Amino acid sequence: MSNEAIMHGHANVISHDDVHHDEHHAHHHQSFITKYIFSQDHKTIGKQFLITGIIWGVIGGLFSVLFRLQLGFPDQTFPILETFFGHWAKGGVIQPEFYYALVTIHGTVLVFFVLTAGLSGTFANLLIPLQIGARDMASPFLNMLSYWFFFIASVIMFASLFVHTGPAAGGWTIYPPLSALHEAGDGSKIGMDLWLISMALFIVSSLLGGLNYITTILNMRTKGMSMTRMPLTMWAILFTAILGVLSFPVLLSGAILLLFDRNLGTSFYLSDIVVNGHILPNEGGSAILFQHLFWFLGHPEVYIILLPAMGMVSEILSVNSRKPIFGYMAMIGSLFAICILAFLVWAHHMFVTGLNPFLGSVFVLLTLLIAVPSAIKVFNWLTTLWKGNIRFTPGMLFAIGFVSLFISGGLTGLFLGNSTIDIHLHDTKFVVAHFHIVMGVASMFGMFAGIYHWFPKMFGRYLNNTLGYIHFWVTIIGAYLIFWPMHYEGLAGVPRRYLDLRGWHNFNKFDDLNKMITIVSMIVFAMQLMFIFNFFYSIFKGRKVRTQNPWGSNTLEWTTPINPGHGNWVGEIPEVHRWAYDYSKDGRDFIPQTEPIGADESKDH
Amino acid sequence: MQTLFIVVILLLGFLITFQIAKASEYVSVMRGEEKSRKQNNRINAFLLLVFLIGGMIGVYYCNERLGGKILQMGSSASDHGVDVDMMMKITLIITGIVFVITQTLLFWFSYKYQASDTRKAFYFPHNNKLEVIWTVIPAIVLTVMVGFGLFYWFRITSEAPGNAMVVEVTGSQFKWEFRYPGKDKILGKKYFKEINEANNNPLGQLWDDPANHDDIYVSGEDMHLVVNKPVKLVINSKDVIHDVGLAQFRMKMDAVPGTPTSIWFTPTKTTLQMKKEMNDPEFVYEISCDQMCGKGHFSMRGTIVVETQEEFDRWMVAKKPKYYAAFPEKDPDAMKAKADTVKTIAAVMPQKK
Repeated sequence: MSNEAIMHGHANVISHDDVHHDEHHAHHHQSFITKYIFSQDHKTIGKQFLITGIIWGVIGGLFSVLFRLQLGFPDQTFPILETFFGHWAKGGVIQPEFYYALVTIHGTVLVFFVLTAGLSGTFANLLIPLQIGARDMASPFLNMLSYWFFFIASVIMFASLFVHTGPAAGGWTIYPPLSALHEAGDGSKIGMDLWLISMALFIVSSLLGGLNYITTILNMRTKGMSMTRMPLTMWAILFTAILGVLSFPVLLSGAILLLFDRNLGTSFYLSDIVVNGHILPNEGGSAILFQHLFWFLGHPEVYIILLPAMGMVSEILSVNSRKPIFGYMAMIGSLFAICILAFLVWAHHMFVTGLNPFLGSVFVLLTLLIAVPSAIKVFNWLTTLWKGNIRFTPGMLFAIGFVSLFISGGLTGLFLGNSTIDIHLHDTKFVVAHFHIVMGVASMFGMFAGIYHWFPKMFGRYLNNTLGYIHFWVTIIGAYLIFWPMHYEGLAGVPRRYLDLRGWHNFNKFDDLNKMITIVSMIVFAMQLMFIFNFFYSIFKGRKVRTQNPWGSNTLEWTTPINPGHGNWVGEIPEVHRWAYDYSKDGRDFIPQTEPIGADESKDH
Repeated sequence: MQTLFIVVILLLGFLITFQIAKASEYVSVMRGEEKSRKQNNRINAFLLLVFLIGGMIGVYYCNERLGGKILQMGSSASDHGVDVDMMMKITLIITGIVFVITQTLLFWFSYKYQASDTRKAFYFPHNNKLEVIWTVIPAIVLTVMVGFGLFYWFRITSEAPGNAMVVEVTGSQFKWEFRYPGKDKILGKKYFKEINEANNNPLGQLWDDPANHDDIYVSGEDMHLVVNKPVKLVINSKDVIHDVGLAQFRMKMDAVPGTPTSIWFTPTKTTLQMKKEMNDPEFVYEISCDQMCGKGHFSMRGTIVVETQEEFDRWMVAKKPKYYAAFPEKDPDAMKAKADTVKTIAAVMPQKK
């Protein structure tokens, strides 16, 4: 059954006559609410995810600036903070409870709300139907629900910031018993319940979205779009969705058991506890069980964040190098390998929990194995650039930046994945530096690359180019300035989540460094605000897109009208005749996927 | 006032940058978009090259500046620490080489193959030989790293040697407590419901276990270890998960309520030696909590003294088992003291008489 039939319910009216089709669309008098709010158009839903993600990005980023202020200037007071945050910043000094709430919410929203919902939510929704040639998702309604579940999750998480005892403050990994015991601290009170409820709803959102993405990619490709003709973005999003669908339910179960332990007196994670002089009755639970459940999602989550960025970067590098992506099949193979291995490495977060050393050794092997597909990807990206004819659009620069950061952060992963070194580096600033570079900043770069590249498709206008260049340069220089020297703190053994090093003889020697990092992070944050300003300004005032295919790209989304309506293509969905990467083939700059193979064309693909 | 000033400056900077960006767009439209696109391309390609060179200088400078502040390779104060440092060195060399090669290629290619009207991109979709090469080489290198890593890992996580001294470490919000097994070298049994700070039983020792009677409880002061004598730490927690982090010994292990864990190592340098070696008269071994444990996490600090056997014995001999604090009447010293008093009184009494 064609998508059109699904959308309009009476296929025979519209299937042949283009003109009639147009008129038919005009009949849909969409109110503001159905067009922009409870929209079932995948493009609008994608934008909703993006804008919600941006809002969370600002909140999460702002929080990082606040706690960096404490880290950089632990001996100074900032009375303005007391004005805004009252007793959380008594006397202008960030209180420990406040600090831990900030880092917890910073981690949670950046990992889940920005880099999961904001990244794959945005680009899966926007790109899947456009790049495989479908009118919309398999189930536009579930797709809409996916956003609204995310929205409710966001509202609850946001509300938790305002409860009297503050939001969750046990770190984004919320290890029990700290997170399970109300008495263990303010951050383990009602804020923690709200965190868990919000995350449960978020997981529902993510599952609804993920199932939809998988179904759509598998079932709704246009004629001729075989799996191996899909652009790599689609492959990456497909694997991302599979990872999410298989791993998020495990986190859900972990979160629900934690809610039971918190509120119903069960002992899944609790045993032998005396908190605040209060002997608890729980016996027989295992605190480590939660870590297994958490990291069974938590590790795939890293790839849920990273894979869409990899997919988009592959596409953008290829388009702007005017060269096919090198080793298309190897790229798919390595995505597949990463996807499988992602499920088999979770315990490398737990080398020092008392894990059986033999079990640990298995996880070392599997963890370091991931470096092989990662290396293949890096070398393939490098070869894609080799002998290209490279255009440096802001999107392309961010894609190159992504590769650079992925290399840097990936290599430090070889330290942490090796249990011997992890004994020393576990839970130090080295870890913070590592995952911020490889997962945080790199994926952010992938996201920026995607936004700059597909903004013309989203809004029919361009982002301001000059601001884009400034944005890129400030961000990449800033990211390296912030996170590169941070590794040294970790090598010195400075633990993460320490808000004040002055009490420590062996750690208290990084004053200048911490000041520098704080100042740079403020500049980088201000730069992101400028990007956001550029984003919203350009939606309304940006330079208009005048050609259908501004980047000279092969993929299907550029065969739609400049401002595609609901249904994407006017008339028939185009048929696909070739893979997505025929750039500079046979002396032609690019050959769109819709063009039939010529009689005298050379053979490859 | 200062804050306001900064905000105003930021806002102005913001506006100016935006205006410049906007103006540059108009200029590019007037000059011809193609021309300004080419110019932008050249500038950014050049900047990528500058970034590569500047970045590599930065990496070098960063190491010059901070390299001395980290724990120097070889400065570790335990036998396992030497293994960890060795593994770190191997990994650093391998990743360092890969880092320099790949980053250089990335930025160099970007610069070299910037768009030009005269060049045509090379249609190069795949090459099996190349792909096999960069699958196999990383796989071999990683096998080497896994091999070394696991060799050290199994050595570090092996059973503690029989002559190891045992010290129990217990974490709770936000302090460390230690227990030595005493003369019988056995830590007595515990049950968490027996914990009662007021009643001289902070660890929940079961007093009917005789092994408990000579256990020495230490809190609020240094943990004492003997140089060159293996030590096994048995690690517990009373409330939430903590972590015994020993940066100088390169050791670390979580303290999990309900599930005791353990590590062992041999301290190889006394505190005194370290003071000299680090040229730091204030030097002290620190125990840092490395697992988020609540609002006092960042200040959950313990200290360790590593000393000679004689010094240790001198320290230990002055310690009394907690058992006698809980049951003063069982304390032989107290009994003796009592007896002495009785004797003294008895001795005095007759005189008075």
